[in-house]
Amino acid sequence: MLALIRKNLTEKGGALRLAAVVAAPAAVAAAFVATAGWLSPDRLTPATFMRDFHAVDGAHPGFRRNHAKGVCVSGWFDGSGAATPLSRAALFGKERSQVVGRFALAGGAPNQPDAPGKVRSLALRFMPTNGAEWRMGINDIPVFLVRNAADFSDFTLATAPVPGTGQPDPARIGAFLDKHPETKNALGLLKARALTSGFANDTYNSLDAFLFVNAEGVATPVRWAMVPEQAVEPPAAGEGGQDYLFDDLLKALAQGQLRWRLMVTVGEPGDPTADPTAAWPEQRRKIDAGTLTLTKAESEDGGPCTGITFDPLILPEGVAPSDDPIPAARSAVYSRSFALRSGETKPPSEITPAAVRSGGQ
Amino acid sequence: MRSVESFPISARVLHWLMAAMILAMLFIGVFMAATVGPAYHTLVDLHRPLGIAILLLALVRLANRFLFRAPQLPDTLPPVLRLAARASHVVLYVLMIAQPLVGWGMLSAGAYPVTMWGGASLPPILPHDTELFATLRHLHSWLAFSLLAVVLAHLGAALLHGLVLRDDVFPSMTVRRGGKK
Repeated sequence: MLALIRKNLTEKGGALRLAAVVAAPAAVAAAFVATAGWLSPDRLTPATFMRDFHAVDGAHPGFRRNHAKGVCVSGWFDGSGAATPLSRAALFGKERSQVVGRFALAGGAPNQPDAPGKVRSLALRFMPTNGAEWRMGINDIPVFLVRNAADFSDFTLATAPVPGTGQPDPARIGAFLDKHPETKNALGLLKARALTSGFANDTYNSLDAFLFVNAEGVATPVRWAMVPEQAVEPPAAGEGGQDYLFDDLLKALAQGQLRWRLMVTVGEPGDPTADPTAAWPEQRRKIDAGTLTLTKAESEDGGPCTGITFDPLILPEGVAPSDDPIPAARSAVYSRSFALRSGETKPPSEITPAAVRSGGQ
Repeated sequence: MRSVESFPISARVLHWLMAAMILAMLFIGVFMAATVGPAYHTLVDLHRPLGIAILLLALVRLANRFLFRAPQLPDTLPPVLRLAARASHVVLYVLMIAQPLVGWGMLSAGAYPVTMWGGASLPPILPHDTELFATLRHLHSWLAFSLLAVVLAHLGAALLHGLVLRDDVFPSMTVRRGGKK
């Protein structure tokens, strides 16, 4: 065979032919390497965000890379039927879907102390009997802080503690805010929000815009909030303690159910869907799409919220992404966080099974 | 034993269709794993049903493979290369079937819905187990890199036959120019 190759190579164009044999696979390999981003270390990838969270909060193997401190909850959702004209998702009909959820504090530190002003979140997984799942992660702030993934990465790094002081560098944050008035404005709204006494009487907002798609295929931009039926109270004076927010939640769930209304805000033409830092006008139509009832808390250690990711793009037919770029970024980043933590050994969570058993006492 | 010169038309259609699909999937997969952009969701939504389509076509192709006699490799090829050719074809079949199954199993173990098109989804094929999810997620990447490596070797060998050796191997999977020799 080698003789045949040698013979053919001596013919006219032989060397060119041999070059093509090597060049074609090499070109495909090079295109693959470029597509993978291995030649562009500055490309924003899920790994970038893993490094960002690490820079701010350090390494916490086994835990979610953000919203690391949390507790599992479960219950159900009763659709009211009122959202059915806007979305064909089965769970909006008059039926009950089982729900697994998770209350958490924003930030990558799984043992951070609770404090009144820290951002609280609620993640939910709706599991309708006949129909596809819906997952979401919603927060108790009025708007999101940044417009896109690149800004999120830059802002996160700007808030990273500086060696020496162990505190963020105000000059670096200031420089980011000078370039991003929308973040400055969002931080103002965040600081001005009315704080409540705990997880149970807090309102959690989707922040991102999605599309509801009805049986006729008509798409409507929406945002939504889980609005508590529990009486809203301001933070109690002098309240505090390492886990007081979680302990209060455990106490409340030990005493009975907690309920929220899923209030869907219907966007109108001109309402910004691609910019989660921009609030929609207050007078927009709101639909009471159903009631979330939570009945039970469990520690992450052994609880049903640990082995899943609350990927905001796990959507049922009838709910679709909008042009808001944040959910796709969250989906990609959550997926990486989930894969990494699933392969790591996790130390015990701050909220232990014993704490849950004692009802937060 | 009567020897044949070409693969039957069914095998050639399956080969080129799947070649395009597998190359597309390798690029979609490696890009979506390294982006946080708006394309991420679209690509993931495409990746799942395309993977299942490759699995189904690979099974059809495997069944089809037993229905015909493949053309013999030329006698000029040294035995070690004949063995390498045969082994690489077995590896290609194994990976074409294993890779979609690992993807499906990985989503099952991670409790992700295995959504196809039009709201339909597939049932899980493995129990919900996050350690298994992490393992299969790694395996899915490594099988993709292996599949790419074997595809590139296959492409290089095919071009060596077609451009340099100019034997009957390359035309057996394409269209013969000027009819039978």
